[in-house]
Amino acid sequence: MAAIGETRPVDQVNFLARLNNNRNLLGLLFMLPAAAILLLFLTYPLGLGIWLGLTDVKVGRPGRFIGLENYAWLFEDHIFWLSVFNTFVYTTAASVIKFALGLWLALLLNRHIPFKAFIRAIVLLPFIVPTVLSALAFWWIYDSQDSVISWILIEAGLLDETIDFLGQPNNARASVIAANIWRGIPFVAITLLAGLQTIPASLYEAATIDGAGEWQRFRHITFPLLTPIIAVVMTFSVLFTFTDFQLIWVMTRGGPINATHLMATLSYQRAIIGGALGEGAAIATAMIPFLLAAILFSYFGLQRRKWQQGGRDD
Amino acid sequence: MTDLLARPPAADEGGMGYLESLPRKVVVVYIPLAIFIFVLLFPFYWMTVTSFKTNEELHAYKGLQALWIYEPTLENIRFLLFDTEYPRWLWNTMLVTVVSTFLSIFCAVCAAYAIERLRYKGSRTVGMLIFLAYLVPPSILFIPLAIMVFALGIFDSNWALILTYPTILIPFCTWLLMGYFRTIPYELEECALIDGATRLQILVKIVLPLSVPGLISAGIFAFTLSWNEFIYALTFISSAENKTVPVGAITELITFDVYNWGGLMAGAMLGSLPVAILYSFFVEHYVSSMTGAVKE
Repeated sequence: MAAIGETRPVDQVNFLARLNNNRNLLGLLFMLPAAAILLLFLTYPLGLGIWLGLTDVKVGRPGRFIGLENYAWLFEDHIFWLSVFNTFVYTTAASVIKFALGLWLALLLNRHIPFKAFIRAIVLLPFIVPTVLSALAFWWIYDSQDSVISWILIEAGLLDETIDFLGQPNNARASVIAANIWRGIPFVAITLLAGLQTIPASLYEAATIDGAGEWQRFRHITFPLLTPIIAVVMTFSVLFTFTDFQLIWVMTRGGPINATHLMATLSYQRAIIGGALGEGAAIATAMIPFLLAAILFSYFGLQRRKWQQGGRDD
Repeated sequence: MTDLLARPPAADEGGMGYLESLPRKVVVVYIPLAIFIFVLLFPFYWMTVTSFKTNEELHAYKGLQALWIYEPTLENIRFLLFDTEYPRWLWNTMLVTVVSTFLSIFCAVCAAYAIERLRYKGSRTVGMLIFLAYLVPPSILFIPLAIMVFALGIFDSNWALILTYPTILIPFCTWLLMGYFRTIPYELEECALIDGATRLQILVKIVLPLSVPGLISAGIFAFTLSWNEFIYALTFISSAENKTVPVGAITELITFDVYNWGGLMAGAMLGSLPVAILYSFFVEHYVSSMTGAVKE
């Protein structure tokens, strides 16, 4: 500091020294880049989106305040209610199956198996490959004429004609849910595996000596100790499934006859393709209450985890 | 925190494995595991096989031969590289991804250090808010952001993506790095403070070198997240030469009369390769960032 003091005016030294000692001021300075981007491109648009939902803004035309008219309009719109229904079916079915299969895969990977690290690495591939590109692969696998699944089933003599995967409403729903599950399993499995690995083996040994069977060990050791991490993982999973856009947009664009439209895809279709930005924003805003419910769930999940593991309660 | 997964569970090695007979283990562990791996990898196999097939072979389903390629061709790759703007999309994706990743890491390092170590008034609350920001999905932000991007005059340019991707990346990276900085002993910092180092010097010379694994984890995860991004790129970019790979593949490679499946699958494969290769080098870092974000 002495060297600086000789070459700079006194008040500047004081300022630098003060800055270096004032944690609040310095903290503000360090927060500046992140805060600027997040406030400008995340917080502001979040508010703007809610505001847009209350206006009739269209592409190329400034809107005016129309109160809850968009919502009243949506309330009468059966396609909107269909998309809400689809979103719930999609989220519930995909999350439950993802959780069950993910937990199973995690338990399998937690065994002593050869090439464990390698297997874990390739299992994660569906998660890291861009969703849009793997959805394209699924689109091809689900093709109505040349689907490889239909073809294998026909070759095996189990089927007489090709399955119309994406052409029938319920088939299409099941198909997109299957693709979502495929993409989500690795995330659930690998994060739950991390949780499993923190459970001490001595607990299982003690339980075995006490005569506990496999199911009892799972029910009374694995599951309770894993609950906190399950809560967080499933909150993330539900949140991202609920707001999914990519898979649907690539494979069905909401069709056939709106059977796979989720709230996110309907919002995109109305706002960007149809040009009704206000209405699209209203649909997007309608997702917020559900997201808040999921976040609150996650918050209480996290709280529970801290006292369970004897951590700081902050 | 980070080496949890890298370290094999030592107790398991000697543990109770001997209680299980091999035939039982085959049925209970290996067969289900093999099915999982088959289902999880099959789309990639099919994608790759399709992209090397000729168009005639693609539709000729006879016997078991469709599962393999009998007349491999590079025609689909050639089509992508020379007859479409695919190379341009790859370049755009790379540029946007790299710039927004570095921008996000810079912002996240500063923010995480301030929250975790400067502990200014209200830092706890800010930390919580950052976590909440991570949970805000792009599908509720793209409409207002589209209007903002248009008003700022950066619609249909790489800047639109470079400036909006960090909203997804910064919360995640900050959250991850906060966990990382927490593991660095305070004593190191106190010594440096006594020796007269400024906070900036401490951050650059002590904290950052010690958290290189954390920085790599955050960087890899941010890279794959922004390579993956779709809805912003789809909404903010309109001209073919500014598109990213996911958007270009969906909007330009699909012609609605005849599906060029070979070309489409080649596009999907080539677009997946960069992340897959990067991932293969940093599997441990990637896994630790993914699990770290959930566990912190």
